[in-house]
Amino acid sequence: MADRAQPLNLSVWAGGLAAALILTLTLGTIAAVLARAEGSFALGAGDLAAIRFTLVQAVLSGVLSCVLAVPVARALARRRFVGRAVLVTLMGAPFILPVIVAVLGLVMVFGRAGWVSGALGLFGLPPVHIYGLHGVVLAHVFFNLPLATRLILQGWLSIPAERFRLAATLGMTPRDVARHLEWPMLRATLPGAFMVIFLICTTSFAVALAVGGGPRATTVELAIYQAFRFDFDLSRAAFLALIQLAISGAAALLALWVAVPQATGAGLDRTVERWDAARPGLRVLDGALIILAALFLLLPLTAIALRGLPEVLSLPAGVWQAAWRSLCVAGLSVIVTVVLALSMTLAITGLRNRALAKGIEVTGYLAVAASPLVIGTGLFLIVFPFANPADLALPVTALVNAVMALPFALRALVPAAQEVEARFGPLADSLGMTGWHRLRRLTLPRLRRPLGFAAALAGALSMGDLGVIALFADPDAGTLPLLLYRLMGSYRMDQAAGVALVLLGLSLLVFWLFDRGGRVDADL
Amino acid sequence: MKYLLPLMLLATPVMAQDKPVLTVYTYDSFVTEWGPGPAIETAFEATCGCDLQFTAAGDGAALLARLRLEGTRTRADVVLGLDANLTAAAAETGLFARHDLGDVAYDLPIEWEDDMFVPYDWGYFAFVHDADLSAPTNFRALGDSDLKIVIQDPRSSTPGLGLLLWIKAAYGDAAPEIWQGLADNIVTVTKGWSESYGMFLEGEADMVLSYTTSPAYHLIAEDDASKVAAPFDEGHYLQVEVAAAVASSDQIDLAHEFLRFMVTDGFQSVIPTTNWMYPAVTPADGLPEGFETLITPQTALIFPAGEAAEARDLALDEWLTALSR
Amino acid sequence: MLTFDKMQIVQGDFRLSADFAIDPGAHVAIMGPSGAGKSTFLAAVAGFVVPQSGRLLWRGRDLLPLPPGQRPVSMIFQDNNLFPHLSVYENAALGMRPSGRLRGGEPDRVRAALADVGLAGMETRKPATLSGGQQSRAALARMLVQDRPLVLLDEPFAALGPALRVEMIDLVKGLCTAQGATLLMVTHDPGDAARLDGALCVVDGGQVSAPAPAAAILANPPAALRAYLG
Repeated sequence: MADRAQPLNLSVWAGGLAAALILTLTLGTIAAVLARAEGSFALGAGDLAAIRFTLVQAVLSGVLSCVLAVPVARALARRRFVGRAVLVTLMGAPFILPVIVAVLGLVMVFGRAGWVSGALGLFGLPPVHIYGLHGVVLAHVFFNLPLATRLILQGWLSIPAERFRLAATLGMTPRDVARHLEWPMLRATLPGAFMVIFLICTTSFAVALAVGGGPRATTVELAIYQAFRFDFDLSRAAFLALIQLAISGAAALLALWVAVPQATGAGLDRTVERWDAARPGLRVLDGALIILAALFLLLPLTAIALRGLPEVLSLPAGVWQAAWRSLCVAGLSVIVTVVLALSMTLAITGLRNRALAKGIEVTGYLAVAASPLVIGTGLFLIVFPFANPADLALPVTALVNAVMALPFALRALVPAAQEVEARFGPLADSLGMTGWHRLRRLTLPRLRRPLGFAAALAGALSMGDLGVIALFADPDAGTLPLLLYRLMGSYRMDQAAGVALVLLGLSLLVFWLFDRGGRVDADL
Repeated sequence: MKYLLPLMLLATPVMAQDKPVLTVYTYDSFVTEWGPGPAIETAFEATCGCDLQFTAAGDGAALLARLRLEGTRTRADVVLGLDANLTAAAAETGLFARHDLGDVAYDLPIEWEDDMFVPYDWGYFAFVHDADLSAPTNFRALGDSDLKIVIQDPRSSTPGLGLLLWIKAAYGDAAPEIWQGLADNIVTVTKGWSESYGMFLEGEADMVLSYTTSPAYHLIAEDDASKVAAPFDEGHYLQVEVAAAVASSDQIDLAHEFLRFMVTDGFQSVIPTTNWMYPAVTPADGLPEGFETLITPQTALIFPAGEAAEARDLALDEWLTALSR
Repeated sequence: MLTFDKMQIVQGDFRLSADFAIDPGAHVAIMGPSGAGKSTFLAAVAGFVVPQSGRLLWRGRDLLPLPPGQRPVSMIFQDNNLFPHLSVYENAALGMRPSGRLRGGEPDRVRAALADVGLAGMETRKPATLSGGQQSRAALARMLVQDRPLVLLDEPFAALGPALRVEMIDLVKGLCTAQGATLLMVTHDPGDAARLDGALCVVDGGQVSAPAPAAAILANPPAALRAYLG
């Protein structure tokens, strides 16, 4: 039924315009960067080290996250216990957890003066180090182990239950099951999971800013920041931005090529009935793995809560001003994300020209590979001749955050909108519902849940972002994550914990409010 | 009514704006409640009939980058916290104005002649550690030890830059070798001095790059004699911290007034026990009790301002190379 | 008169042609093996499928250039006939105006239509709280409100039990007769066609046959229909 009338002209225009804006922000800023990156620029030892470090930490983070996730996912796949659903849900949470909050928690637990080092000290062991490569990889594993676990768990649950029953009737041991059922699944799942994490880690900035540093632990993103804030060398920043673009672009192409699995989050509440894994030894092993993984995820947040709670009420007024700025940035970001995502979604589902629709969709996903610091660099170069970048820090941050959230918003909206068209499109057509009435009466009400989720994601991501804001902002007029970073910098750990708690609370609140707004009274 | 007045002033910013505002960009630790900022603000505002506002902009070297970034659009009237190693680069930006101080009798270990930058304090860089640690006495011994040190990035921080030039001044062409020796001792490189010192106090490192005067803080403010600076037999690099007026300032007269105030007792007497440095002009009351316990380097190392910039570029390359391995 | 003038639908290898006329006010059942093109035929009348050639005339006016919403057609689908987020009243009101914003006496007409199908008092209910039969009635109420001369039903009651289906067909028949509407209903159940007790078109072999009295055809089915009925 491809030939029905086209009532969506306005939204097609809006979608095209949104796609053009994204192209300007991603590719256009690169043009600005290119124009600036003139003259000769020789890669110094420091730049080579930054490239090497970016790749090494991303590979290590990807490999470690995946390798550690396999046993945890297996344990979750074959064990049923109280709190399992909560734990699986929790594993989706790091996505909306502000990076800088997590880093603070990790420093409190794994730092030289942290809990783990203290415990090691009791046994006369030397303390662990969190600064440099260790810390960067540790933080990345903290964020990506849950993601990898969910992706791999999905793989496990996609193995039909009948196969495990068959394995049981054939008397297979866990080793046989691993070889015949699990290994083929892992071989199909792991490369994709690795590539996603690798891609995420190549654009790491906040983690490297907080626990990296020094020529030995500088990512390219961080080097861009240093070129700005330390040397004010715009040409160098531009060249580094091109290098970053090449790295994340190549990683994105690779990720596309290996076919990334999708964490839909649906159906993860099942377990696999395993007759071969009923042995007590395996039970204990699985139990230990699950407890360790839960501790790894929960201890840093517990540390922040314990240290931060007494501080919250006595935080200086500047904290609440920063919190207000953060909320404004998040709010603006949500509006921009929703407007962009919705108009692009309508264009993608409504356009008769499939090639054009695909083009708009791909444009929207482009931002996954874009680096916020590169976009920030480009905007900075564009803005700088006309205005003091610090004056535009908040709107620019909101805009860049919105672009970064867009792929996730589209991921939620496009399939939902396509389903709405498939289910109710003919009825709406036969009733002559077009344009605004169709949007108001059919599309928007049907898309409430994915819209709420997209807004929630955009809000939480923007709330916790520490990226472009560090490039642009006057430190005294920054957002909450920037303030937290500065408090950590001056080692006011108690206050930092208090601020981290506020930031965490606000991020979760923003997420909850929007997500819930989409769910309440939504008729399926 | 007396108590209500300040509240009314807060509630009516229009009245507060009747006074001219002098904006001073400085480094983070200067404006903290325990730093020199609050006392100096009170002292200057008592005489200037103005509103003195400090803006923290990272560490000393990042200050210069920030000013370059903002150019003539900057809101800064005075920049306070560059050091002698940066004055040549700073002068080159053309953003700073000449001062009108004439001859001041500075108590600096070196002759000071500069028509733009006014020194306000000075000190020697040193590694600070717990008194019960038997510290190495030179960079080679430090490099050979297992001690963990935390230093600052020479691109953003003046102590970081100072260390770079310290090793360059002491070892010349052998500096890369020294850095390679130190590489495995360095826990991390922070952007600013406060980060490093905080990490040291939290136990993340055995020694921290700071000043010979830092132990005075613990001794005088906290009555704690457990922190000492390690004397190095190569000598210690000298830091002279300076300020200058911004040429594009719309409060240029006030800016000059601030610079003149800076070398008087009202400013200088605050420095030793808040910024924990030697005052550029020793106040009438002399140095506070406790400063006599500090180590005094045998040799003061420093590059002349003109050579510091060149030495910096070379040393920075060497540093990046050695620490990138 | 609904006239199919050498109308031909082409979709890849699939072809379907129709060349006959249906009298105004007729009740026509459409039967045939699955995949023969019953629903496609109906979709062409509704405007979801554009025929490759020929004409489709209603009272001498060519319908083919018109989009679905502007054809003199109301349609009830197999499922998804109601918007789940709107109340029964709001769903029916959409038949009056696509904006759903009614004025003057229009709300009364919507309420009257709901009463006609036996849903009085259920105006504020959401579709999910209705039984299958009630959902069908709500869709029929909207059809009544639409008041179009052509009513198309695409296996509308397939999900209902036999007794309920009989009840619904009687209701549709009554409503269409009262409005003087022409009814085309796709079904796979000869019982439905018999109950409708009007004409019957057989879709098979790329042809839609001209309507003939249903009772006669069902009593003596042509070969194609016999194979299908088994």
